[in-house]
Amino acid sequence: MADTLAVPARRAGPSGPAVLFWQVLVGVSALALWQALVSLKVLDAFFVSRPSDIAQRIAQWVVRGSLWGHLAVTLEESLLGLLVGAAMGISAGFSLGRSPMLAAVFDPYIKMLNAVPRVVLAPLFLLWFGLGIWSKVALAVTLVFFVMFFNTYQGVRDADRVLIDNVRMLGATERQLVRHVLIPSALTWIFSSLQTSLGFAMVGAVVGEYLGSTRGLGYVISQAEGTFDTTGVFAGMTVLAIVVVIVSAGVTRLERWLLRWKA
Amino acid sequence: MIALELAGVSRDFTTPDGRGYRALDDISLSISAGSFVAIVGPSGCGKSTLLNIAAGLLTPSSGVVRVDGEPLVGLNRRATYMFQQDALLPWKTVRENVALGLTLGGVAKPEAHACADAWLTRVGLAAFASHYPSQLSGGMRKRVVMAQNWIIDRGMLLMDEPFSALDVHTRQRMETELLNLWDESDVARPFQGRERGAESPALHPPGRKTVVFVTHDLEEAIALADEVVVLSAGPSARIVARHAVTLERPRDLLELRTAPAFMDLYRAIWAVLREEVIKSQRTVEHG
Repeated sequence: MADTLAVPARRAGPSGPAVLFWQVLVGVSALALWQALVSLKVLDAFFVSRPSDIAQRIAQWVVRGSLWGHLAVTLEESLLGLLVGAAMGISAGFSLGRSPMLAAVFDPYIKMLNAVPRVVLAPLFLLWFGLGIWSKVALAVTLVFFVMFFNTYQGVRDADRVLIDNVRMLGATERQLVRHVLIPSALTWIFSSLQTSLGFAMVGAVVGEYLGSTRGLGYVISQAEGTFDTTGVFAGMTVLAIVVVIVSAGVTRLERWLLRWKA
Repeated sequence: MIALELAGVSRDFTTPDGRGYRALDDISLSISAGSFVAIVGPSGCGKSTLLNIAAGLLTPSSGVVRVDGEPLVGLNRRATYMFQQDALLPWKTVRENVALGLTLGGVAKPEAHACADAWLTRVGLAAFASHYPSQLSGGMRKRVVMAQNWIIDRGMLLMDEPFSALDVHTRQRMETELLNLWDESDVARPFQGRERGAESPALHPPGRKTVVFVTHDLEEAIALADEVVVLSAGPSARIVARHAVTLERPRDLLELRTAPAFMDLYRAIWAVLREEVIKSQRTVEHG
């Protein structure tokens, strides 16, 4: 009765101390090279600043506490953009995925809307939603919506015919079919795109702040640019980059847990 | 009593370039309750189409399907279906997959899961109840599918080349397990006593599931079934022969294949099937 009991191990890319070592080495070398080129006057610090100054500036922001308020605003906008965009994208993707007629009718419009460069929308959103967080949320939504929409649509359309037939033969009603097959099938796609969506949400928020706001990381960067303060610009970008790395590590863990059934 | 009856069933498809294509042509077949019928035929002859029509997943272009004497409308609620491909829900655990037929039917989760565990013990996978299908081997997944199909008490089991993806040894073990389950099966069947006189009680004791087993492997068909139905090469597949398999049960599948009675049957049916296989190969080469 006992079959081959070999349970396949989880597939994973290279990881562990060796990778970490090389990652740190690459980062440190790049920073050292940058610092050296500026010190040797090959590059002008006015244009590219230097790593030590940037680190100092960030430390200053942290110590004075001015950073946290801006960071909180950016994160709030990103999160709201992600949630609203996901809700809209998932419901739209689901409706169109289930109805070939709706999909055919809306297809050209969705392609047209997706082709609009979001930056040109920013001034409109400022006009419509004001200088506060909602114009940034709206911008994030326009980015997240399409990622979520396309993935949900694909997931519903790609649901395995055999899985559908099987649960129908096992007695599933139309609602049970949606709940047990179509939604999980789409969720696989949606979760896989969470990383992209989150990145887009932050891009939307920061670009929105950059173009017109009184708070947030985008605002900090734009203020620094206004005074040719390259150190400030790089410091803002660095903070943004660090935050994205931390958040996406969290998302990776969440994703791994949600999709734990995958080999 | 007749569990499944196809009367003059044909099925047409439209190919992507707009031409019509007749897969099945005027198929008439009755399968009595509790019997194990194998349908063989060359690849692409419409065996799966026939099974899908019996399941109600496809409607016939003409002709009638009757299940337990009643015309089939919509899905065949008196049958379960074992697909050739993997049909387990990958996001549900083995236990949840086996219990699915019960939970969908409104059985409370604890009760359904207890029943699923009992079935998993029966197919030797009790230790894997909390695993996901992707963590199991092909043979183990087939066992889960068997449990999933057998847990709901339906009179008929439709099987579409269920073991074709397995290696020879695993396959033989699964066939044995299938026959054991079938032997022990005792499904509630309405009007069971009324028409029993028409059947051979030795072969079909009332209560056994009716099994319709599609395969392209004649050996497998003879080893398992009470009757082998041979379909002609497609398109327009018809029934070209029906052979009763009188080998006595229980059958030892490890020994059976070298028994003289088995080999005689094999030769007799192969003589018919061979022609169709050759025809189908000619169609593939020239058309």
